[in-house]
This record gives sequence, C-alpha cells and structure tokens, in this order.
Amino acid sequence: MSKNIKITKGFDIRLAGSAAATQSPEVHPETYVIKPTDFYGIGRQKLLIQQGDQVKAGSPLFFDKNDERIQYTSPVSGEIVEVNRGEKRKILEIKILADKENSYVSFNKYDQSGIESLSKEDALQQLLSSGAWANIIQRPYAIVAKPGDSPKAIFVSGFDSHPLAPDYKVIFKEDETAFQAGLSILRKFTSGKVHLTVHADQPAIPMFSNAKGVQLNKISGPHPSGNVGVQIHHIDPINKGDIVWTVSVQGVICIGRLFTEGRYNTSKWIALCGSEIKNPKYYRVFAGASVNLLLKEQLKQNHVRVISGNVLTGERIAADGHMGYYHQQVTVIPEGDYQEFLGWILPSAKKLSFQRAFGLLSFLNPSSKEYVLDSNTHGEERAFVQTGVFEKVMPMDIYPMQLVKAILAKDYTEMEALGIYEVAEEDFALCEFVDVSKNDIQQIVREGLELMINS
Amino acid sequence: MKFLQHILHEQKKNFLPGGKLEKFYYAFEAIETLMFVPDSTTASRGVQVRDAIDLKRMMMTVIIAMIPCLLFGMWNVGHQHALATGAAMEFMDKMIFGAIQVLPIVIVSYGVGLGIEFGFAIMRKHPVNEGFLVTGMLIPLCLPATIPLWMVAIATAFAVVIGKEVFGGTGMNVLNPALTARAFLFFAYPAYMAGEIWTVLGDQKANLVNGYSGATALSIAYETSSSGQGEVVAAMNNSWSDGLFSFWNLFMGVVPGSIGETSTLMCLIGAVILIVTGVGSARIIVSVFAGGYLTGLLLNALAVNAFMALPAHYHLVMGGFAFGAVFMATDPVSGSQTNSGKWIYGFLIGAMCVLIRVFNPAYPEGMMLAILLMNVLAPLIDFYVVDANKKRRLKRATV
Repeated sequence: MSKNIKITKGFDIRLAGSAAATQSPEVHPETYVIKPTDFYGIGRQKLLIQQGDQVKAGSPLFFDKNDERIQYTSPVSGEIVEVNRGEKRKILEIKILADKENSYVSFNKYDQSGIESLSKEDALQQLLSSGAWANIIQRPYAIVAKPGDSPKAIFVSGFDSHPLAPDYKVIFKEDETAFQAGLSILRKFTSGKVHLTVHADQPAIPMFSNAKGVQLNKISGPHPSGNVGVQIHHIDPINKGDIVWTVSVQGVICIGRLFTEGRYNTSKWIALCGSEIKNPKYYRVFAGASVNLLLKEQLKQNHVRVISGNVLTGERIAADGHMGYYHQQVTVIPEGDYQEFLGWILPSAKKLSFQRAFGLLSFLNPSSKEYVLDSNTHGEERAFVQTGVFEKVMPMDIYPMQLVKAILAKDYTEMEALGIYEVAEEDFALCEFVDVSKNDIQQIVREGLELMINS
Repeated sequence: MKFLQHILHEQKKNFLPGGKLEKFYYAFEAIETLMFVPDSTTASRGVQVRDAIDLKRMMMTVIIAMIPCLLFGMWNVGHQHALATGAAMEFMDKMIFGAIQVLPIVIVSYGVGLGIEFGFAIMRKHPVNEGFLVTGMLIPLCLPATIPLWMVAIATAFAVVIGKEVFGGTGMNVLNPALTARAFLFFAYPAYMAGEIWTVLGDQKANLVNGYSGATALSIAYETSSSGQGEVVAAMNNSWSDGLFSFWNLFMGVVPGSIGETSTLMCLIGAVILIVTGVGSARIIVSVFAGGYLTGLLLNALAVNAFMALPAHYHLVMGGFAFGAVFMATDPVSGSQTNSGKWIYGFLIGAMCVLIRVFNPAYPEGMMLAILLMNVLAPLIDFYVVDANKKRRLKRATV
C-alpha cells in the first residue's frame, strides 16, 4: 500500500545560484579528508594508520571503540598526509593525498542472483569491513546504525528539498543497477518494508519508478517534505523502542556498488551552487573532497562563506576546506559580517522572511523570486517570546517549542513524551531559520538526542 | 552613517572587558544595536542564513498597531473635556489638549520602565530585551488621563520588577506586565481608578455643563441594574449629553474611559495590523470576541436583571473589551502557547469578562481581571493540549 502524503506546513527558501543541469568534466581534487565528527553516535576512535601510510579506497582508517566491527575507511587511494587532533587528542580529521589513479581494496563481487541469494551475515560482514556501513543511519537519534539491530523498516527519501539541493533527475542517471542492488542488500536487514518516497509533483525518475522490492510513496508540499524524518512520521512513525534505518539515495548506491563492483566507491555528483558562484554546476568527486579546485576561478568575490551542504543544515568550511562525508552540495553565499543602519525597522522586500512583521515585504514578491541571502543573523539572541510560528514550519504532530524547552530543561520524560525519538536536527532547521529570538535550535536538538543516548 | 558608526566604534572600547565602563556594556550594546543591526553571523554548524525578522521589529509592529488607539485617545481626552465643560474647541485644540495630558504619562512610563530594564540588564549581565517597548505603551493606554504621574511611575516599577523581573525577565513572566501595572493601581489607589475620574476637567470643575456626570457606560449599566428600574440601553440613551452612549458612539469610542481603550474601531484597526503581520494571534482575538458575544447571548436568555438583559453586542464595545482582546490577551508570553489552547484561552477571556461585569459589578472593568485570571490558567490549558498530543503518541505505540 503506497502512501500519498500531502503536507502544507513548511517553507521553500529560494536562493539564487542553482546548479545548471550540466555535468562538468572530471576534476581531481588533490586531498580528501575524513572527519570522525561527521558520524554521529560514534564512540572514541582507534586509529589504524599513521602519517605516511599508503592506503587504498576501502582501507580502514579507524574503528569505533564501542563496536570494533564498524570500520571507517578511506574514500580514495593515496598517502595519509596529516592526522589533525583537537583537545584530549580527539581526532578531528584525517587527510589523504590522493593518487592520480584511484586503486581499490577488492571485496567480493556478485551478480544479480548472487546478491539475491547472499546471506544477511555475509552482507553485513562486507558492509562493516568496507566502510559502506556508515551510510546507514538509525532513527531514533540519527546516528550510525548498530550492526546487531533489525529495524522495523528502512526509509529512503527520493528527493532533496533543501535550498539549492541537487536535482536527483540530473545526478542519478547512470546508477540504476547499483541502486537496485543496494535496495536488495538493505531488504535483507528488515522484516518490514523498504520505503522509497518521491515528490508527487516532480517528474518521475526511472531509477525510482523501476525500483523493485520497495514501497513507493509520494509526498507533496514544501520543504521539509524531502526530510526522511517527516516521511517516516507520516508513513510509519517511530514509537518508543522502535528502530528504523534511513539511507540516502547516494548511500544506497554506494552500498550497491560495493556488491556489484566489489569495491568501496563513494564517487558522486555534487552541486556547486550559491549566489557567489559564477557558473553553478555539477562535479563528480569522492566523499570528503577538497573544495579548492572546485572553487578555483568560480568565486565572484572573496568575502564569502563556503558551506559544505545546504544553507539550512550545512557546515561552514574554509575556501580550501573539505566536504562532509554525507554532503552532496557546496553552497557559497556572501559573508554577512556588516552592520546595517536601522536595519531592524527599515522596510525591505529584498530580505527574505517567512514572517510578515512591519516592513518585511518579501511575502509580496512572486514565489519564484530567487534571493541572495548572506550569513548575517539579522538580530541578536533573545529569550523565547513568539509562539505559534515553529508549528507553521513543522509538518509533524509534534510541539516543537515544547520539545526544545524540555531539552533545555533536561527533562527526559518530557522529551520522550513529546516525540524526541522521531526527530533529528535537520527537522528543526526551518524552526531555527524563522526563530525571532535567534536561538541555535538544531544544536539544542542534537544535545537532546545526545542526552537521550547517554541516559 | 560612517561617522556615527565611527563614534560608536570608538566608544565601544570603553565598554569592552578591561574598559573603564565595562559594567555598562549591555546598556551600550542596547543603544548600539538600536542604531545598527550588529554584524554577527550564523554559527558554523546549523542554519547559515537567518530570517530577516528580529524581536525589535516584532515589538515595533505591535507599537505601530497601537498608534491609532493612541492618537484617537489623545483627541478623545480633549473632546471629552470640551463636552463636559462646554468649551468650544477645534480638532487641533482637542489634540493639543489631549497630548498635553497623555504624553507625560507615556514619557513617565517609558522612562521608569526602561530605566529599570537597563538597570537589571547591567546588574544581571544580560542584553536589554525589547519587551518593554510594548509594555511601556500599553500602560498609558489602559489608564485614565487623570492619573497622577507619580502613580504611573510606581505602577510601572511594580509591573517591571514584580510582574516580570522576579520571574527572570522577558519571556518568563506569568502575568501580562501592563495589566499588572493597572491592577496594582486599581487595588492600591481605587479612588484614582474609578468614579468621576475619566474626564479631564482641569481647572474648569466649577463650569461644567448642565447635568454632567462622569459615569461610563459600564457604571450606567450597573446603576440601572441595581436600581431595578428600566433598561440599560434606555438609560444610556438618556445620558447627560445627547447620544453619548449610543452603540455607534461606543463603537467609535467618543466616550469617557481609559486613554486608549474607548474606541473599538481603532482597536480593530490595530487587530488588522497584528493579524496581517502575523504578530498577534488571530485565534485569540476572534475567540475573545466570540466568547464575550456568546456569553452575552446566554445571559440574555436567562436574564433576571437589566444588566443580564443588555444586548450582547454592547459588551464588545463597552469598556476595555476590544483593547484587551487585541493588545493584552495576545501577549505571547503570558497567553496560551499552543494553537488549540489559544482558542480556549481567548474564548474564556471573553466569557469571564462578561460574567465578571454582570455578576460582580464591584469590578466594572471585567476585562482586566479576566485576562489576568486566564494568564494564570494559560499554562494549565497548554498542559492539557500538549498532554493530548503525548497520549496520541502513546496510543499509536500500542496499535
């Protein structure tokens, strides 16, 4: 029974600089970085390499001391040039100088019937040792999944509704076999269903409409309709004690390739986008790629903020920084460190606002207008005052303000009762955007999730 | 602007840690951010862009919504004076007369309130919150123009310190601070808040027009009802000045009363501004009116005295009903915070107001007490609304 979901709450932030549907010739970033901080739920790490070691794509770099089976591996072959550590020798990043030609650790390779008949244990073994396991995220808590679990369902979101997100129709043209293989592997891990959810109003993508062994759901409405958490909430919500897994489309493909190609291949199309990019377009890179080659001669000016990911959930990186493991876009917007004379009261239609308080005229613009937004906070942090606005961008039956306050109060019973098992920080990104009081809502939600994990 | 920016930049050094005015940093910051929106940028993880709204703009929107009430109130103070004394005054004379009465009250309210807010910000080392910008305007508008200024000062101080700061400041208060100020005066200095105080007579007390009475619509309703003779509407139509308490006059607000509360029309203009800008809750405003009207109808059906028999729509234009519904009940901090809760909260305010007016006429202004009572009960309403959500989630688990 596939589901048709319609959400009305939410908000599409339309930014200037979306990537043109052209894929540029191959680029070869020189360095790649794996950041343990990208993987939520990971314990302390045991480093398996040291500076100067040669690795292949799929060679283990470190494992999680909480569960030694989960290996985190190198996305490319090359030389370990740097291990950056922070306080208490916490590993911040492992930098790899990539070879000209990528060589892979070889894993077992299967044809279609081989994949179908493969046992769950063998599949698990290969996923864990290759590093592809990191693509499987568990809810509650949005952390890397635990190998022993059998989730009640697995969810894949077939589109990304974030601002300037890559168009899946463009980036997933050639991966149908791998995608299907990935789905077949994932199906072994759940007695329930594998859900694939696509947007009802967007043109069908063959890879998704042809997918076998999945329940194909449709959802319509503004962002966050593409957030897998919203889809889960409407399809098969998470209750206390439930475990579901979520995997991105890119993650399913990576898992599929591991079995069809016999190698850990994180290659993906990413969108280079944003108002400060001259020619926004798609590039093909491996996970953790350095962005300096991509940005070369692409920046309109130098006072910019480079974001790995999108403007709602992404992370600021340096202009010669590296992409996060899960990210599929690099957004570049103007940095907003300027003072604005009487900016809190002068009317403007240029500044985007979800709200319509005096002088915020952006609601009068046509909905197709694209905005150039910078990183200015447009005001200072304040106590919570406004009510009722978070609910307008939260398409779940959850009271966002009450949940956030329960987290701040460290009230475990309340957090549980108010639905913390169903949410991840990305589900609160729009709340953070619209918040009059400029609180760091996503960070608060992550703290709440950490509290629940450690309780 | 560069010039101004430069001065502020130069002065800022004194207020930063190590500077000689370090203690007063937050006072400086409040003034600086009033001139320039700060250059702060979003954190490195999380949203990288922010909505253009901030608390200052939101609060300013409420003040803009109150301007019609303020201007009309100033004119009306002059107009009532002219009516009572029979003086010939033109439009501008009335405005000027009213401004002379009203502006000092506004200035005292803002001066005392902001002074205390800045003091607390410096003492407790937190930024100055913008909440008082609205409270500072609400206090004058809900007081009679004859109120002595020193009373405005202590009521404001009471409201800010006891009504707000003891709970932790803006965002934490249980009661609406402006109504706290009004309630303080109402109980501490009743002689200045009821009776012959609604019209500014000045030095003309000896030269009043024939038959002048300082009664308001509510007190006429009470008198008529307790004397047991006649109908309230007839009594109001029979007032000392021709048509003073006609429904139309009550709606327009050309009647004696608190400075900003008399005109239902001006309050409705404010309501439209609040609803269109999304700053005030339409749920609360609509449900307060609905609650008042339906309770009025119910009392009509059960009427045993003249006040109960008063046509329900009169309740909505008398006294501070509309002003309370639009500007006091919609305070997001002291009101109900859930969407379903807002309907219940508003409806009960309207209903309580009419009940207090009719059954406890010792407190003719039922609106103030109704809102304060519901402020106290709002967390309870929210508790049950949120509890229903929790139960829905639990129920889902067992299926």
